[in-house]
Amino acid sequence: MRNPQLNGDGTLQHLLTIEGLPREVLVHILDTAASFIGVTKREVKKVPLLRGKSVFNLFFEASTRTRTTFEIAAKRLSADVINLNIVVSSSTKGETLLDTVDNLSAMYADMFVVRHSSSGAAHLIANHVASHVHVINAGDGRHAHPTQGLLDIYTIRHYKKDFTRLSVAIVGDVLHSRVARSLIHALTTLGTPDVRVIGPRTLLPTGVEQLGVSVHHDMREGLAGCDVVVMLRLQNERMKGPLLPSAQEFFKSYGLTPQKLALAKPDAIVMHPGPMNRGVEIDSSVADGPHSVILPQVTFGIAVRMAVMSILAGN
Amino acid sequence: MDLPDAEALCEELARKLRAGVTDSTGLVGIRTGGAWLAERLHRELKLSTPMGALDISFYRDDFDAAGLHHQVKPSQIPFDVNGRHIVVIDDVLYTGRTVRAAMNELFDYGRPGKIELAALVDRGERQLPIAAQYVGATLSVPAGKLLRLARDERGKFFLRLSDAKPAA
Repeated sequence: MRNPQLNGDGTLQHLLTIEGLPREVLVHILDTAASFIGVTKREVKKVPLLRGKSVFNLFFEASTRTRTTFEIAAKRLSADVINLNIVVSSSTKGETLLDTVDNLSAMYADMFVVRHSSSGAAHLIANHVASHVHVINAGDGRHAHPTQGLLDIYTIRHYKKDFTRLSVAIVGDVLHSRVARSLIHALTTLGTPDVRVIGPRTLLPTGVEQLGVSVHHDMREGLAGCDVVVMLRLQNERMKGPLLPSAQEFFKSYGLTPQKLALAKPDAIVMHPGPMNRGVEIDSSVADGPHSVILPQVTFGIAVRMAVMSILAGN
Repeated sequence: MDLPDAEALCEELARKLRAGVTDSTGLVGIRTGGAWLAERLHRELKLSTPMGALDISFYRDDFDAAGLHHQVKPSQIPFDVNGRHIVVIDDVLYTGRTVRAAMNELFDYGRPGKIELAALVDRGERQLPIAAQYVGATLSVPAGKLLRLARDERGKFFLRLSDAKPAA
């Protein structure tokens, strides 16, 4: 089956999910992002690549970090950025998703960045827009969050260089996490030999092993000797029914404390996609400690999003 | 066609540049060929200001038609460009569009005092009002051919002529 995000010649038309993207495409994005890092250190922190292009940020779900970094990325590429906070806009008046998109296309949109609580929303838009318009999925339901996955592997590559010898542990609420899904696909595509997911049975999706990861329910066992620890946010707003006894109980078993982190390699890095629940999935002394690369992740996210936007716009 | 010896042209270019640069001159090579050349000239001229390199992929005027170059490398300008004498170095000067892009990028680092241009080969056919102050040789090359600097495994320079890729 044709991958809907690739053009006939194998180049990226949309970025909807990391699943199924070839290794070369991922590496091209990471390499391009590395070139954008330098741009942010200059006197003029802009390049003219997307001059005259209009990027619409369509956020049907709340977001601070992702929306802001997409906005900064587009502005550093000299695009015009229009932010639509649709939670409080047309959809509450009853307009359908595709009608909203049609209206914005009539305003000469060149690119849509879409965040939606329903899995597949970005796909739907990508299948609907004209061929010169590009769509970036900025998170759809539980499905995918490809730019987060990309900035995660950018961060890992920055600190650890080579994926082929790494042990990466992804901890917590994997069930509701589109971040985890995107990261697992990226890591396996880049040849990471040891990817582990750690969490209570109720927060791990059934059949997660089929993604090529090992499953652990015990932190001591799961964290032993790993190079990278990715903590996930406990997603209270997505919880339906009693999956957990309490946040305190969760912290006791799965919260990352200095004692648990000591089981990983001495030079292990700790990542978190944000926003953090301190004292629920991560202890403050770890979040602010020497192993934490949580804030560099945010900074790298700008360069990675610049890379994705400029590659799409050029294809 | 017979191509001139790139090593000899490089010596010639170094000789011409020696009269025009000072210790504070910043040499900036355009990737890839121009950066190799700048590296060599920087060594020969023994300048204490470190050399810079530009990857002009983010400044090209054919981005809409050609997209992003596949192997973009970071630009590196390791000195303050404000007020500085800068010599932009490229292997082959042709339409002038690459040089325009390089100048645009340089200005995003600051306001240079003076920018000059050095090229190993000037093949003419300019499409912009741009001229080089230092030239190794002028050469007439058939349109549709791509002329560029290459390096063998020992780092020796030579010129290579190939068929230009048809525009996508």
